Amino acid sequence: MKNLLSINDLSKADALEILDTAVELSRLSENTVRKFPTLRGRTVVNLFFEDSTRTRISFEAAAKRLSADVINFSAKGSSLSKGESLKDTALTLQAMGADAVIIRHSASGAAHQLARQEWMKGSVINAGDGTHEHPTQALLDAFTIRRRLRADSGDLTGLSVGIVGDVLHSRVARSNVLLLQKLGAEVILVAPPTLLPVGVDSWGAQVRYSLDDVLPLVDAVMMLRVQRERMEDLFFPTEREYSRNFGLNLERMNRLKNTAIVMHPGPMNRGLEISADSADSHQSVIVEQVANGVSVRMSVLYLLLGGATARDLNLSSAGGM
Amino acid sequence: MNLHVANAKNVKGLATELWIESGKIVSQPTNGVVYEDIDANGLTLVPGLVDLHTHLREPGREDAETVLSGSQAAVAGGYTAISAMPNTFPVADTAGVVEQVFRLGEHHNLCDVFPIGAVTVGQDGKHLAELAAMYQSEAKVRIFSDDGHCVADPLVMRRALEYVKTFDGIIAQHAQDPRLTESAQMNEGVISAKLGLKGWPAVAEEAIIARDVLLAEHVDSRLHICHLTTAGGVEIVRNAKKRGIKVTAEVTPHHLLLTDDVVESYDSVYKVNPPLRTLKDVHALREGLADGTIDIIATDHAPHPQEAKDCEWNAAAFGMLGLETAFSIGYLTMVKSGLISLETLIERMSTKPAEIAQYLYHGKIAVGTKANFALIDLKAEWKVDRVRLHSKSRNTPFHEMVLPGMVMKTFHNGALVFDRKAKL
Repeated sequence: MKNLLSINDLSKADALEILDTAVELSRLSENTVRKFPTLRGRTVVNLFFEDSTRTRISFEAAAKRLSADVINFSAKGSSLSKGESLKDTALTLQAMGADAVIIRHSASGAAHQLARQEWMKGSVINAGDGTHEHPTQALLDAFTIRRRLRADSGDLTGLSVGIVGDVLHSRVARSNVLLLQKLGAEVILVAPPTLLPVGVDSWGAQVRYSLDDVLPLVDAVMMLRVQRERMEDLFFPTEREYSRNFGLNLERMNRLKNTAIVMHPGPMNRGLEISADSADSHQSVIVEQVANGVSVRMSVLYLLLGGATARDLNLSSAGGM
Repeated sequence: MNLHVANAKNVKGLATELWIESGKIVSQPTNGVVYEDIDANGLTLVPGLVDLHTHLREPGREDAETVLSGSQAAVAGGYTAISAMPNTFPVADTAGVVEQVFRLGEHHNLCDVFPIGAVTVGQDGKHLAELAAMYQSEAKVRIFSDDGHCVADPLVMRRALEYVKTFDGIIAQHAQDPRLTESAQMNEGVISAKLGLKGWPAVAEEAIIARDVLLAEHVDSRLHICHLTTAGGVEIVRNAKKRGIKVTAEVTPHHLLLTDDVVESYDSVYKVNPPLRTLKDVHALREGLADGTIDIIATDHAPHPQEAKDCEWNAAAFGMLGLETAFSIGYLTMVKSGLISLETLIERMSTKPAEIAQYLYHGKIAVGTKANFALIDLKAEWKVDRVRLHSKSRNTPFHEMVLPGMVMKTFHNGALVFDRKAKL
């Protein structure tokens, strides 16, 4: 595996290997191994065309814990407004000898473009492209679900996951639908029809319009961020109406199974898609998602650049540090 | 110059020959006149193709295409008449600009370049351009279009349709409801849902076509629908024709062949407006073209410089090259597939477009008319190489495809304007 552009790049075995390696890495981190020498001398570029402090920091922490040299390159706005094309940026990074480029861009497909052979020779990791995909977010979500509900092992067969909200514009939803189903889970999408893409019926997920009906059925519920601007494009009449029908609050929390977990990819709009008390409840794993993000991204970098497996990691870390 | 084209076959596959004196076709050789022999053994003689939808980019974007390079591409594709769309800089919305384009075509003298005038000033969709002035100019413009933009305001559309009746003009509509397609990137459906690209729904095209055929009926004017792409659109035009509404329609070669799943590569060479649709639409378009609901193939040849395509999908320009591959794509999708005969294909690519636009010396091979024709090797196959095309741009979606049917020679007013062998 050279690039991680889409969850479709991964087989089920690949995905499980990433999760298993992340388990190993997080276990070792807890046992005071804070830094691994694996990527010493390798250069990882964080190429962020879109503001996303949390994702950038997560990748940066992951790369640094693997001893890679990290260059942060933020270029706000599209290539057009910036005046330099994505192609020239890629060629520049290539010339500087980047071993991996982590790209976040507002245009769907930007990571695919960057990964074109004639542009980049290093690995390309998609850290969110437009409304297309965000594969490492899905991996960390799967990791979190598996840690909480499957004790860090095996796949997600038998689990049901609700994904609620702005599915239409969500790269998190697209990657999660692909990955969770690949790992055997059932996915239920819950949203007003305006926020579901035409063609969603081809995704293999159930589509429901009533959150209240779905909550008792799921083992995990993932609340998607809803941008307030969507209201102006007529996707829903008012924030209040959205919140009343699709927001998670304490009353709705009562409909969940006791064992069910509440997730959110962040950043949250507290009071819109999720109430503060739901976000902070004992069933919420939102903070854990962030912590798990670092382990999962370390795992992705490790497997893409190091070419090693979880078992090798175990051996080398025992001997080397 | 006088020519004798010998040993050719006509579109029916029958042996034929042609005598040409001073650029015109004559019924038989005149005693004492010397003819240069053109041996067309193995080649099929067809009337020069006629395109009603060409973007030549001059004036303004000469880096993408010029009247000269576009004419070169045209004759390499077997075209002897092309129609320059007005979305240039400045927009072709005055007699001055259309005459400039017309004269450039005459000056280069490879094929006839007939300008299409803008419907509204600067294609703003609000104020009618001086349509009569463009008709009365040397360019004698009869077709008007805001192509690239839809004439979305129903009142503007109605007035334009009515106004051009004085000189038997046509409004060629780019059918796209602007509100339903704001920042749209590709066909709305299964693929757009997967790729996270904003959808361009079929209904945005169909709603405008439905409205416009009713307007054309109401004011009894001539309407032409540019680049039809949807099964629903074909159905609306079919019904309108049954009702006797004066509507004609075109389909592009790329919409006859390609479907939206190619966008999965995010290769912006496939970005085009209106977008590539589904297989169901492709079949409906082919059927529509076969039964005459769709009158013609038009290329929507839309050159763009490399940097306009070498970028992320959202930032890339819409459009594909078409002139040099159109015949082969038409032959592949319509004749090789058994839907229509070669004769009908040529009618759809030459006779009918010439008739719609009233290009008098095109669309037929008949005694007394100017000798505009092409010689095609139907048995030859060729591999499209974007670097070797005559256009200034390289944005062909057919790069590296092997296509049937090769235009070998093209004659404009009796003069040889393209010879593939000479190129090699």
